[in-house]
Amino acid sequence: MKKFINKTDDFLRESLEGFGKAHSDIIKVNFDPNFVSRKNKTKEGKVSLISGGGSGHEPMHGGFVGHGMLDVACPGFVFSAPSPDQMLAAAEHVDSGAGILFIVKNYSGDIMNFQMGAEMYSQKSDSIVTNDDVAVEDSTFTTGRRGVAATVLVEKIVGSLAEDSGSLEDCKKIGEKVNKNAGTMGVAFTSCTTPEAGKPTFDIGPDEMEFGVGIHGEPGRKREKIQSSKKIVGNILDAILDDLKPENNEKMLLFVNGMGGTPLTELYLVYDDACKILQSKGVEITRSLVGNYCTSLEMQGASITLLKCDEEILKNWDAPVHTAAMRWGM
Amino acid sequence: MSVNFLISQAKNIQKVIDENAPEIEALDQNIGDGDHVFNVQRGLKLVVELENTIKDLPMDKALNMIAMKVLSGIGGSSGALFGTFFMSMAKTTDLNKNINFNKACEMIINGIQAMKERGKAGVGEKTMMDVLIPVSDKLKDIKNKNEIEQELNDVIKIAKDRMLATKDMLCTKGRASFLGERAKGHIDPGARSSQLIIETICKSVINQ
Repeated sequence: MKKFINKTDDFLRESLEGFGKAHSDIIKVNFDPNFVSRKNKTKEGKVSLISGGGSGHEPMHGGFVGHGMLDVACPGFVFSAPSPDQMLAAAEHVDSGAGILFIVKNYSGDIMNFQMGAEMYSQKSDSIVTNDDVAVEDSTFTTGRRGVAATVLVEKIVGSLAEDSGSLEDCKKIGEKVNKNAGTMGVAFTSCTTPEAGKPTFDIGPDEMEFGVGIHGEPGRKREKIQSSKKIVGNILDAILDDLKPENNEKMLLFVNGMGGTPLTELYLVYDDACKILQSKGVEITRSLVGNYCTSLEMQGASITLLKCDEEILKNWDAPVHTAAMRWGM
Repeated sequence: MSVNFLISQAKNIQKVIDENAPEIEALDQNIGDGDHVFNVQRGLKLVVELENTIKDLPMDKALNMIAMKVLSGIGGSSGALFGTFFMSMAKTTDLNKNINFNKACEMIINGIQAMKERGKAGVGEKTMMDVLIPVSDKLKDIKNKNEIEQELNDVIKIAKDRMLATKDMLCTKGRASFLGERAKGHIDPGARSSQLIIETICKSVINQ
């Protein structure tokens, strides 16, 4: 394992310390229990958005705390869900009287811990569970689809509505709309190494890729020989479009997300391939996002997310945001 | 059962899990993301470190402290499930009196029932519940206290058989559920760690 590391036990704390120092104009890091909150207190009467998840997906979620997005993020250990005492402390920290909306990715550990956190919190709260990963068949016999990169879009769009005095019910409603209208699929070329394990999570040959990979390196649909970008992107888009079933000339946001180890040069190439293919299928790309937003440590690979956009979604997407990882309009 | 018994069990379990850590980690890397054994080890270390804080406390308070420590210190599914286990053990009635064998079984049965509800997993889903639910059912059936040794040997056997049986199951809960058919042929790491824990406790009760 080659990583910037001092002591494994100090890995998360030191990384959070650095994050706090680097972005002290936007956020504040609280320790024991760990949470990242806005530097300025949430204004009275604004719905507070709390998300969280295992660490190792940076900038998700701490990088999305700030004006127009989250109020607090609760980072767990690397790839392990945060614990209920973090959610409880976070909720009490930002309580502004208008209620708390928890944004949770659909993973068993996250669901259980957020549920316990919400049970312990006595004030008004509700939650959204994201499950945009079309690689997983959704049926009553599985945990269901995973919550992955579209969670970024949910956090941005709900965050804007909350900033704009949206009620708890309306925030939940738009969040669920975004989740329902989004689909994601990822592919990995390499594995990733958690600091605790010290060796790669899975073995993968130099000429292989994992098609439909999850954000912790958990396996996807199938293991295949690596192909040209056009073919990979085409297969990903087929799976997403098959799920979203867009109308002809449907307006969509195209989000190409890096897993952490793939350079932007390649992500833009993927974006280009996706544009060409979507155009040929009659999809109108109305907004774009390209970069590393929902990562899996140093994994090489990318995911593509498509989001069907209506006026309400576009308005809230375009609204100003000022966080460590996403900033426009202010 | 006393608080000291809990602490000594935690130490025994810690030793056994440490010895088997490479095997559990390898199982997890086959079908999960490899973090399970580290979570369990971190939790055990935290519980053992609580010794001086809890050794003179009443049982319910000690269990609640263990629960909070495990919840906040482990995180992930294991933290929520084991935390729930200890919290529900603590809610068992009459813990201020002498805790005999039957009472101890009742506490464990309560704990496992709460885990089942929290994780919404039953038997046959390739999780730690495949070991824990049959163990709990067996504990409910122990009527003849004169044959505790034989009964506990049965518990050890049930845990082992059920752990091995997860090998051929499809997984429908947790991250391994995303594997579909590919999860077959691998023992569930949570089932293995739970089986080791059950075996360790039963053996030390037999040897008392």
